[in-house]
Amino acid sequence: MTTSREHLDTALRVEALASLLIERGLIDEETVGKFVTTYEQSVGPMNGAKVVAKAWTDPEYRARLLADGTAAIAELEFSGPQGEHIIVVENTATVHHVVVCTLCSCYPWPVLGLPPSWYKDPAYRSRVVREPRQVLREFGLDLGDEVEIRVHDSSSEVRYMVLPERPAGTGDASEEELAALVTRDAMVGVAKVAAP
Amino acid sequence: MDGIHDVGGMQGFGRVGPLSSGPPFAAPWEGTAFVIGALAARIAGTNLHAFRHGIERVPPQEYLAGYWNRWTMGAQLMMEDSGIITEAQVRARAARLGGQDVPEPPEPEPHKPEMEVTGPGNLRSVDTPHVFAVGERVRVADLHTTGHTRAPAYVRRRTGTVTAIRPDAVFPDSAAHFRGEDPQHCYQVEFDSRELWGPEAEPFRLTLDLFEPYLEPAA
Repeated sequence: MTTSREHLDTALRVEALASLLIERGLIDEETVGKFVTTYEQSVGPMNGAKVVAKAWTDPEYRARLLADGTAAIAELEFSGPQGEHIIVVENTATVHHVVVCTLCSCYPWPVLGLPPSWYKDPAYRSRVVREPRQVLREFGLDLGDEVEIRVHDSSSEVRYMVLPERPAGTGDASEEELAALVTRDAMVGVAKVAAP
Repeated sequence: MDGIHDVGGMQGFGRVGPLSSGPPFAAPWEGTAFVIGALAARIAGTNLHAFRHGIERVPPQEYLAGYWNRWTMGAQLMMEDSGIITEAQVRARAARLGGQDVPEPPEPEPHKPEMEVTGPGNLRSVDTPHVFAVGERVRVADLHTTGHTRAPAYVRRRTGTVTAIRPDAVFPDSAAHFRGEDPQHCYQVEFDSRELWGPEAEPFRLTLDLFEPYLEPAA
């Protein structure tokens, strides 16, 4: 990579690299298409939302999820890359968990899909381990002083998912209706789930 | 290595966000970039740790030029190391895609690394007893490596408490350099924010999952 120091436009680099790799049969268009479709349509935060909704409505499932996240998540048939060992941490009225990867952008793909831009951004990665309360405030989440914050830096192959608090006023909601309320941001711990 | 990737606690990056719920790929080329990275270790005969180390070795200005930029350049760097591709080839192809009639350099000679892999994924089982126990105070060693490591600089020489035993796993510091899986015990270690950032820090607790070789008993 010492041939030239001038920045090559990223999209152009990707196109050039893909063209060289495809030409040599090292990747193919069909595989690329399959990967993209998988992460656009089947592996995303809608999976984690189902896990959360089930935990909110089934106390035994919730207990299994907190005891062995990987196994309980696999009950819903979610597993795969970046999900070898998933720890689920529960947010309550007094304890708030938030997840980061300071060294790269490790993220629990099977339940949340690929990470959003803000999660991969150095601003989030650098600051949430140093001033999480201020970072959450910038995201619009103002936690009271009585709430204890716990930050998890994903520095090994262990991945974290937050089980958010169930919002008030959802006593009659079905599991499906509840799942529709759960956001990616709440499962990383930078937001709460809003009441419908 | 003390690279640009190790951003924990760095200052000056500005405000976070905004939160967005857009699709995973904002443009089709981002999807292509993702797949190149996802398959690069297989193509290069390497592993996930080597890919992470590839991204870490992307020059700082390029690292900061966007996620897909560092992802793609990290993947390419790893493929260059295995003799799959050269930067000259990529530059020439980019120029040709832009309509310039430049000659294409020759393909390099592949030389993929050889490392025994004992199973799928990264979780392993280590026979030796754990050196540390839950509740024990531990200090992160004064580590200085030029290679890959998963001990962020901001916890070096800091003291915390073991709060959980994590599964044994392939040691990234070894596997990234094809020196073998060398699986290690792993611990969740919790730090008080004031131990990391001084007495005026926001009060909170922070956990990392740290491999046994990074740790020593607290004095």
